[in-house]
Amino acid sequence: MTYPYYWALLIGMMIVTFALRASFVLLQDRLTLPPFVRQALTYVPQAVLAAIVAPALFADSSASLGGVLDVRIPAALLALYVAARSKSVLATLGVGMGTLWLLSYLANLAT
Amino acid sequence: MRFHRDAFLSGVRDVAPMMLGVAPFGLITGVSAASIGLTPTEAIGMSIIVFAGASQLAAIALLEQGAAVAVILLTTFMINLRMAMYSASLAPWLRTISRPMRSLMAYLMTDQAYGFSILRFRRDPDTPKREYYLGIATPLWFLWQAATALGAIVGTQVPEDWQLDFAIPLTFLALLAPAVRDRPGLLAALTGGVLSLTLAGLPYNLGLVLAALLGITAGTIAERFTTATTSEDAS
Repeated sequence: MTYPYYWALLIGMMIVTFALRASFVLLQDRLTLPPFVRQALTYVPQAVLAAIVAPALFADSSASLGGVLDVRIPAALLALYVAARSKSVLATLGVGMGTLWLLSYLANLAT
Repeated sequence: MRFHRDAFLSGVRDVAPMMLGVAPFGLITGVSAASIGLTPTEAIGMSIIVFAGASQLAAIALLEQGAAVAVILLTTFMINLRMAMYSASLAPWLRTISRPMRSLMAYLMTDQAYGFSILRFRRDPDTPKREYYLGIATPLWFLWQAATALGAIVGTQVPEDWQLDFAIPLTFLALLAPAVRDRPGLLAALTGGVLSLTLAGLPYNLGLVLAALLGITAGTIAERFTTATTSEDAS
């Protein structure tokens, strides 16, 4: 068991997710959203997704990977470009993983 | 209440083309779960209990980074806040449906179930709501379970030097890009990303939460400014 609190975490995630989904559908007459909350909500995906992705790409904690760590940055930048242009998950994954594999292979040759 | 089969099937037909996009996303989520050392049982458990794609992927990324449970829950909350908006928007249409059925419909709520349903209800208010919604939501549920399970099982067989964990940030990039549609949105993303990187040293990944909140604030303030200038231009 790699993550000791895993199942408790899942229950917690279920409660949070279900509460949000069920909120108005079950308690419609007792809840209303103020306009500034609605406005702020439109920026949640951009801010949260970027906040998750940036450290995962640029400050990877798995430093033990050694030389491999460096090649993730160019692969990520190219993938970001493809993501912005194509807006396709598959194209982004294809280019990102392909670049990573190619660069990792080249880095291995060099060492 | 009679079950309107036609409306259910009409939902199934509408959602069919979306399956093509959901299946790979589910596979990636399953493979990512395996890549951080979750067993197939743990991965499948997550899909059934949580059933929320982006939050599942975020939880996987954060588990790998060793984030605190509270931070993962806060992130889940932020990623799924939009569901409260969907819930508010759907609620008036679902008043006549029984409470247990509404709970089931809430559990099955996805971007697609909301998007298709609200469009159909507005266009044709006589649509049997429960059946149409379930016609969208149920096939997606089964597909999600199958795809994540397959990914989780296959993923354990993949050698580590394929570095499949890199698929996690890549998928988030692909989700992020179409979400950035205007300048305030771009500012929200840049603020969130840069601050999250800067604050990455904070304990329990609290930097993520702080960066996201400041990103949201930046976007909201920027929108105020943009609308203010536009209305001045107009006058």
